[in-house]
Amino acid sequence: MPGDVQPQAVAGGIAHDLNTRGRDWYVDRVVSVGVFVGGVSAIVFIIGIFVFVTREGLGFALGTLDLKEFFTSMNWRPTSERNPTYGILALMAGTASVTGLAMLVAVPFSLGAAIYIAEFASGRLRESLKVLVELLAAIPSVVWGFIGMSIMNPLIIDVFDVPVGLSVLNAGVILGLMAAPIMTTIAEDALKAVPDSYREAAEAMGATRWQVIFKVVLPAAKNGLMAAVLLGVGRGFGETMAVLMASGHAINIPTSPFDSVRALTATIAAELGDTARGSDHYGVLFTLGIFLFVVTFVINLTADIVVKGVGKRQ
Amino acid sequence: MVVGVPKLSVQDLTVRYGGVTALDGISLDVMPNEIFGIIGPANSGKTSFLRALNRMEEFDSNMTVEGKILFEGQDITAIRNVYALRRKVGVVFPLPVGLPMSIYENVAFSPRLAGVRKKAQLDEIVERCLKRAALWDEVKDRLHALGSLLSGGQQQRLTIARALSQEPELLLLDEFSIAVDPVTTMRIEDVLKELKDEITIVLVTNLVQQARRLADRTAFFLQSELVEVADTEELFTGSVKDQRTRDYVEGRFG
Amino acid sequence: MSVFARTALDQQNRRVEWLVKTLFLLMTVLLIVPVILIMGILIQRGAPVLSWGFLTEVPTNGMTAGGIFTALIGTVWIVSVALIASVPIGVAAAVYLSEYAPDNWLTRSINLAIINLAGVPSIVHALFGLGAFVVFFGFGRSILAASLTLAVMTLPIVIVATRESLQAVPHAFREACWNMGATRWQTIRKVVLPNSISGILTGVILEVSRTAGETAPIMFTGAAAFLPFLPQGVLDQTMAMSLHLYVVSTQVPNVPEALPFGVALILISMVLVMNAASISFRVYLRNKRKW
Repeated sequence: MPGDVQPQAVAGGIAHDLNTRGRDWYVDRVVSVGVFVGGVSAIVFIIGIFVFVTREGLGFALGTLDLKEFFTSMNWRPTSERNPTYGILALMAGTASVTGLAMLVAVPFSLGAAIYIAEFASGRLRESLKVLVELLAAIPSVVWGFIGMSIMNPLIIDVFDVPVGLSVLNAGVILGLMAAPIMTTIAEDALKAVPDSYREAAEAMGATRWQVIFKVVLPAAKNGLMAAVLLGVGRGFGETMAVLMASGHAINIPTSPFDSVRALTATIAAELGDTARGSDHYGVLFTLGIFLFVVTFVINLTADIVVKGVGKRQ
Repeated sequence: MVVGVPKLSVQDLTVRYGGVTALDGISLDVMPNEIFGIIGPANSGKTSFLRALNRMEEFDSNMTVEGKILFEGQDITAIRNVYALRRKVGVVFPLPVGLPMSIYENVAFSPRLAGVRKKAQLDEIVERCLKRAALWDEVKDRLHALGSLLSGGQQQRLTIARALSQEPELLLLDEFSIAVDPVTTMRIEDVLKELKDEITIVLVTNLVQQARRLADRTAFFLQSELVEVADTEELFTGSVKDQRTRDYVEGRFG
Repeated sequence: MSVFARTALDQQNRRVEWLVKTLFLLMTVLLIVPVILIMGILIQRGAPVLSWGFLTEVPTNGMTAGGIFTALIGTVWIVSVALIASVPIGVAAAVYLSEYAPDNWLTRSINLAIINLAGVPSIVHALFGLGAFVVFFGFGRSILAASLTLAVMTLPIVIVATRESLQAVPHAFREACWNMGATRWQTIRKVVLPNSISGILTGVILEVSRTAGETAPIMFTGAAAFLPFLPQGVLDQTMAMSLHLYVVSTQVPNVPEALPFGVALILISMVLVMNAASISFRVYLRNKRKW
């Protein structure tokens, strides 16, 4: 029994126990290094994307690239033999018009659906709706593009009596249907994050359900809702296959929703296969990639800041 | 009068969380085989004291600890295997915690970590610890049931069984009876009285009368300060040195 | 008049309330209905070409006839390699973020990087894959390059799903283990991970579904429009379901109408079934509470 043993002997035993490192001590150390490597891998990959895309496009960007022509010229003719031009204005207009229409279509419906699911639906109905929205978000982009080509296309030609159905309208609606589920989910999370105490306080003062929503919940969820929209824009902006297949191939600035356009992302996808490594055409497509990377990075950064409410007066 | 080598020697211990000081220069000794009580109102630093004793600041990036803590003469910041230290110190929290595994595995957890493999040995340890924690009779026919689904009082006794399975030198209890019914509290108090002969116990409690029932000596913590330490009976029968202690013990604040 | 009788204002409020509720319900429905319609059309127009043979035969006649076997196997290859590459890293990263990471700028940067990784356009991932795996590391156009590209792209899915399921384990369990002298890893191995496996699996299924449907990242890194043989190793090129849909609907002349619909139907069914599996698994788990 401990009381019988001399203090020194006991201390010797304790000293030994407390200073001997078992195998698990070393294993823990190794694991902590391993998971750290895993953790920073995300940073490594993001930097890697920027590095390798820039690497392939650097030749063009530092050489043939004319920034003024790049951003202000409508003439995208990289395959011209005599005078290749690399103006992306029309392509940007294509992306902007399709994304803009998509947001016009998606934002109100996403918000409405998010409000319904978060504030009105309950229990089984709520769960089912959330599941349906999740399934919607899972549909691959190439399938959406196919739908645009084979279903929306003839539909638009019939209904609106226009010669061509691959247009801003087609790609815009398709993109809207693609971005909507994600925006709905994020918006619904933002609404759910508003504490119930806010709602209860308003109801205690006699407000009706819709008054509570419009005057209390929506303003409180403002940041999250804006982030949802921003992320939807980012998704629309970066979408490739669906836009490639549904927006047509004409490179021009659209004057009506029935015009065919070409988006930035689709251009890369459509033309990369025909380029030779090291050529200017190859280089400009990678430069486009850098441009896309930077823009989506900024959008995501903004969404992150908006969610935290920095720079917004409360 | 206490003689001998202290089990625990705390010298000028200061614990901070960010800018907030939870303990300010505490010094005290805990002798072997005593029940050392700690009383005081909320936020006096009692829990921080216990956490510093087994170096739990390693898991809290906000917590800083200064000063010296000697466990049987060993400076606990200088030892090379802090896990061995924690294995020698059993801890019981205010909120009962049953790990999400069978009752058997709950109590076998620490022995397995220590390298015990044979089923016969583990069986013996599990039965012995559950019996000493006054839980065996209630669960002996369902040792495979989930520990996390037991009642609060049972989970608290399970926690004690786990602590005992560590064969600890020191047992720390932090307001163990808060979430537990009075009958279980009494049973656990009996267990503690029995354990005193083998291990040293530090008992933090918000129930002043519980300290009176169990503790040999008691310390009074108030707002990060150690006000005084004395033999329990002296503390409660009025020969206290500090007016604040008398006020607290007599219920004038708390 | 009784205090509790309905006033005119009350009546009006109730009407507006009903209107608002119905309006939002309509919006929700309008979001979901088109998709159901689309599924219906796909089934209707794609049915003629569906058969067991469709799944097991290779494309013939310049891809205007036959089946999709080569593309199916190709997708299996690509998804498998992508999983092998991304799951260990993803789980490790999530364990780091949930169990080890202190609250500092590095952790914030990692989280930002994850969000950005998820937001990078798929075509930029394709460019990255081309520049990094095909060219720089010299794998050439291959299953390996395509899968690694997809692995980087879907890494956030695994990380986020794993991290959420790790954090769902109550902190009290960890504290109890640490106080008994367990190391961080022992606690993770014995308590945290076993109670998160299910959540991790959900994330993995989601990743599989996403990987199977992506086209742009594999277009230039290893997937080919047509190959007359099955891949033999990771350095071979391959066909893939997602790319196959693109090719038969835009690149192949004289394709019978039902064929692309059939391909689309199979692809969308694969994806939806996997997602449905992931969702029902989640629901099943929620009912198996262990604490």
